Amino acid sequence: MTTPKVLILRTAGTNCDAETDTAFRLAGAETALVHIQNLISGKVNLTDYQILAIPGGFSYGDDIAAGILLAIEMKHKLTDMLNRFVADGKLVIGICNGFQVLVRTGLLPGMSSSDSSTPEMTQRTTLAMNTSARFECRWVDLETQESPCVFTEGVKPRVYLPVAHAEGRFTAPTDVLAELEANHQVVFRYAESEYPINPNGSDADIAGICDATGRIFGLMPHPERFLTKWNHPRWTRLADNTASEEGDGLVIFKNAVNYVKTNLL
Amino acid sequence: MSNTVNEINILNADDAELMRISREGTLSLNLNEMKTIQTHFGALGRNPTDVEIETIAQTWSEHCVHKTFKSIIRYSEDGKAPEQIDGLFPTYIQRATEEIDKPWCVSVFSDNAGIIEFDETFNLVFKVETHNHPSAIEPYGGAGTGIGGVIRDSLGTGLGAKPILNTDVFCFGMPDTPYTQLPKGTLHPKRVFKGVVAGVRDYGNRMGIPTANGAILFDARYTANPLVFCGNVGLIPRNRCEKSVEPGDLVVAIGGQTGRDGIHGATFSSAELDDTSENLGSVVQIGNPIMEKKIVDALLQARDRNLYRSITDCGAGGFSSAVGEMGEPVGAEVHLERVSLKYEGLAPWEIWLSEAQERMVIAVPPENLSELMEICKAEVVEATVLGTFTDTHRLQVFYEGAIVADLEMEFLHHGLPKPVKQAVWQPPKHQEMPSRDEATKDYTDDLKQLLASPNIASKESVIRQYDHEVQGGIVINPLVGVANDGPSDACVVTPVLGSRKGVIVANGINPKYSDVDPYLSAASAIDEALRNIVAVGGSVEKTALLDNFCWGNPDKPDRLGELVRAAKACYDIATAYGTPYISGKDSLYNEYSDTTTGEQRAIPSTLLISAICVISDIRRAVTMDVKAPGNFIYVVGNTYTELGGSHYFGIHGFIGNNAPIVRPDEGKLTMQRLSAAINSGFVRSCHDCSEGGIGVAAAEMAFAGGYGMSLSLNDIPTGDEITADDFLLFSESNSRFIVEVEPQHRDAYETHMEGVSTGCLGTVTDTPEFVINGKTGQTIVKTSIDILKSAWQTPLHS
Repeated sequence: MTTPKVLILRTAGTNCDAETDTAFRLAGAETALVHIQNLISGKVNLTDYQILAIPGGFSYGDDIAAGILLAIEMKHKLTDMLNRFVADGKLVIGICNGFQVLVRTGLLPGMSSSDSSTPEMTQRTTLAMNTSARFECRWVDLETQESPCVFTEGVKPRVYLPVAHAEGRFTAPTDVLAELEANHQVVFRYAESEYPINPNGSDADIAGICDATGRIFGLMPHPERFLTKWNHPRWTRLADNTASEEGDGLVIFKNAVNYVKTNLL
Repeated sequence: MSNTVNEINILNADDAELMRISREGTLSLNLNEMKTIQTHFGALGRNPTDVEIETIAQTWSEHCVHKTFKSIIRYSEDGKAPEQIDGLFPTYIQRATEEIDKPWCVSVFSDNAGIIEFDETFNLVFKVETHNHPSAIEPYGGAGTGIGGVIRDSLGTGLGAKPILNTDVFCFGMPDTPYTQLPKGTLHPKRVFKGVVAGVRDYGNRMGIPTANGAILFDARYTANPLVFCGNVGLIPRNRCEKSVEPGDLVVAIGGQTGRDGIHGATFSSAELDDTSENLGSVVQIGNPIMEKKIVDALLQARDRNLYRSITDCGAGGFSSAVGEMGEPVGAEVHLERVSLKYEGLAPWEIWLSEAQERMVIAVPPENLSELMEICKAEVVEATVLGTFTDTHRLQVFYEGAIVADLEMEFLHHGLPKPVKQAVWQPPKHQEMPSRDEATKDYTDDLKQLLASPNIASKESVIRQYDHEVQGGIVINPLVGVANDGPSDACVVTPVLGSRKGVIVANGINPKYSDVDPYLSAASAIDEALRNIVAVGGSVEKTALLDNFCWGNPDKPDRLGELVRAAKACYDIATAYGTPYISGKDSLYNEYSDTTTGEQRAIPSTLLISAICVISDIRRAVTMDVKAPGNFIYVVGNTYTELGGSHYFGIHGFIGNNAPIVRPDEGKLTMQRLSAAINSGFVRSCHDCSEGGIGVAAAEMAFAGGYGMSLSLNDIPTGDEITADDFLLFSESNSRFIVEVEPQHRDAYETHMEGVSTGCLGTVTDTPEFVINGKTGQTIVKTSIDILKSAWQTPLHS
C-alpha cells in the first residue's frame, strides 16, 4: 500500500514547519517541505500529494495583517491548483498562521450553502487582534464539537493544547456564525468564555473550524506541539506514569493519514 | 556625504589633532593607538584613507577586540602588595577552561559561539551577547537587533547551527522612577522595559525560536544604562563544526541590503553615554527578522550540501570586521560597488562599515557558486559575490576600480598596542542591620514585601509574550505548577524531536552583592546558575558556562579593580566546580555622564553567568511546584549569617557587609548528591534557594503547587552561629535548595544525601495556609498561599 503524502507549505517567515513535519511522519505519512516558489514555478506538483498543510509562523512577517500576504499570493497564483486539490476530495489543514491564511483565502469556512452567487475564494470570517492586544503563549482547554471534520474523528471531548498568537480572535458576521453552527462547522471551542481560557476573545469561543465537507480544517491551537506527554506543561504533576506517552495533538495527524489511506489511496 | 574617498591627514598631526580626529570621527581610539597608526603610515610614507582608518578603528574597538580583558593590569587591593596581571581573559577565564579540560568541549573561545557535544549526531553551540548602548537609545530596535545578532552568532559558528533556543536577561532602572528624577536625555525605565520586551518578542517569535529562559532585574543605577543580554543556543551536526578559508574562495554576502544604519556601532559601544547620546539615532541598527529567517532557511540547506567552507556574521563593523576576520590567515580583496544597497549615496567607508542587519559572509569555492545561487533564488534571498580571498595577507578594498584601502592583515589584527591599566580595590564598609527579632515576631509582611519586590515578583506578563513552545521541544516551561504560573528555575528542551536527550539552560546574576564585593557577586552568580541547572535535574559534571561582564568605564582604576575581583572569582569557582567557560563577552563603558553638571554614574558591576547542561533522559527532570499534601519539605545545604546585599536588608534600607560566600567544597558535594537523588526519582520537586532565602523559595513552591505548608526553622542546618528567625528565613547563603520528598522515599532520600547538610522543615498541607514557626516555637509567618501569590503576581502584572 502506498503511503499518504503530505505537502508542508513553506514561505518566508514560516516557522512551525519542522514540528508539523515530525507530527505527520509520526502519524505514518511521507512528507515534503515545499517552498511556495516551487509550487508556483511548477517544480513541485500539488497533485502528487493528498494532504496540504500550512504550518504556523509569521508568513511575510504578518505585514498588513496575519497571513494576508500569503493568502493573496495563493489566491493569485494557485487558485486553480487549490480548487482542483479540494475538488479531488483531498485534505487541507492550517495551523495558527495557516488557519489565518485559510480564512483569508476563503477556503475556510468555504462557500455559503445558501448563496451560490458569492465567488469562490472570498473571505467571510476573520482572525482579529486578541482582546488582550498582544501576543500570548499559553495552554488552553478545548471542547471538541460534533462536526464533519475528518481530522477530529474520535478525538476526546476535551483536549489540551498550546496557543501562541497575537491575531487569533475569530469573528464573523452574525449570519455567517449562524451558518457555521447550523452546518456543525465549529470543530473546537475554548472550554470557557472567560479570559484566559478563551485566550483571545473569539466569538462563540471558536478555536477551530472546518469547511462543510470536513476536509479543510483550520485551528489556532498547535496540535504539533503536543506529540508526547513530556510536552504537557504539567507532566511532572501527572500521577499516572503508566498513561500513554502520546500527546493529545498526534491523533489529529493520524486521523488525516488514516482518512487518506481509507478513502484516497 | 558623497561617493568619494578622503585622505585623513595624520602624518603631520600633533597629539591634540590626533585626538580631535579620533573624537570627531567617533573612532574611540586613544592617543597611544592613534600614534601607533601614525607611525605605521609614516613608515609607508602616506596618509591613511578614511576607509583604512575606519577599518582599523573597528578592528581595534573594545567591542571587537576586548582590549581591556587582554591588557596588562597593575592591581592593588586593600593595602596589599600590588600585582601585575597579564590579561584578565587569559589569566582567569581561558586558563580555567584549559585546566578543567573537559573532553566534551568541542570549540572554546575561537568561534562566534562555544561548542559542546550533544549526542552521536549533533553538537550544541551557545552564545550570549549584550546590546546595551543601542537599547538605551532605541529600546525596541536595540533589543530586537540584539537577539538578531546573537542568532547570527550561532549561524556563524562552525559552518552554521540551527537556532533552537533564546534566553534573555534584562536590567532596568526602577519602574516607579519619578519623571523629575530621570537623568537628562534618558528614557524612562518603563519605556525602556516595554520597548526591550517588545523588541525581543517580535524578533524571537518571528524567527520561530522559543524564548524559554531569562530574568529581569531592577536597580536605579541601570536607569541611564539599561542592560540587555541576548543568548542563543544552536544545534549543529558534528561534522560541520570546523571552518577554513582557501585562497581563491569567493567572498559572498548573503541576506539584507546595506544602508547607512548602524554605522559606528562598534566604536559607539566602546564609549560612555552622555546626555547628548539620544541624538545618535543612526548608530542603532534596524532589524528584519523575516529576512534573517530566510537566511537561516537558505544557509542550512547550503551547509548540508557542503557548498561553502567558512561563514561569519556581519555584526559590529559590518563587512570590515567580517571580511577582515575571515581573511586574516590568507588575505582578501573586496569590490564595494558590488554591494547591494538599500539606497544610493553611500560613501565607500559607509558601505564597508555599515552594520545593516541580517547579513552573513561565506567563503564559497567558485565551483559551488551556481548551486548556492540556486538555493538562494528558491528561498528568495539575495546573494552577491563581493570579491575573493587571496594569498596576499592584505585586506584590499576597491571602489569602482580604485583601491580605497590596502592594509596588512598583520598590522590590522596584531598592531594594536597592549595597553597598561591601573586597578585598585578597597573593600567598602556599610552599616550593619541587626536582627529584628527583638522588635517583631511576625515576618508575614516582610515575606509579602519580598515577594512583591520587582526583582522577585512574577514576570509572567513578559514571559507570556514570548513563544516558548515553538519547535515543539519544550519539556520544562519557564512557567510551571498547577496553574502554569510558578517560576521555573531553568528550562529543558529536546532539540531532536523524539529523542530523550535534553538541554538545560539557566542563568545566574547577583549585581547587588557587588556593592559588598564583586568577587562574591561573581562567585554567587556561578553558584546560582549551577543551582538552577541542578534544580531541574541537571548535573554539574555536564555543565558549561558563559561569562558576560557588564561594567563601568575600565579606564577608571576603581571600576577596573572591581573587574579584577570578579575575574578572580570566575577562575576560583569554575575550577573548583569543574565547569568550563566556552564563550563570553564583555560590555564596558556602561557609564553615564551629564555634560552640564559633570556628574558620572556607573552601573553596578554586573556579571551574568549562563549555564548549559546536557541530560540523557528528560523524563528525570523535576519542577519547583509542590505536588502533594503530606510530602516532606527539606532544606539542602548550610545556612550562614549572610545577608549582605540581600533583598531582606534591601527592603529595610541596608546593604550590610556579609554577602554570601561560595564554598565549593560544600557546594559541589551538595549538588552532586542532590543530582543523584533527583535522577533516582526520590525528589518530587526542587527549587533553588536564592533571592529572599528560604522564606521566598518555600512560598513560591507552595503557591505554584497550590498547597499550603507547615514549617519550622528548628532543623535548618547552619554553618555558623546564626539563630535569629529573620536571618534564618531570609539569609541568601549559596549552594542551598528546598526539596519535596514523598514519605515513602524519605529514607532513600536521606541515604542519598549522606555527607550533605539537609534538614526537614515540615510538610506540604492540604489547606491553603502557609505557616512558619520560629526557633522558639512561636508562629512567625501565617497567611494563605493566595495572599502570597497575589503579592507576588501583582507588581509587574501589566
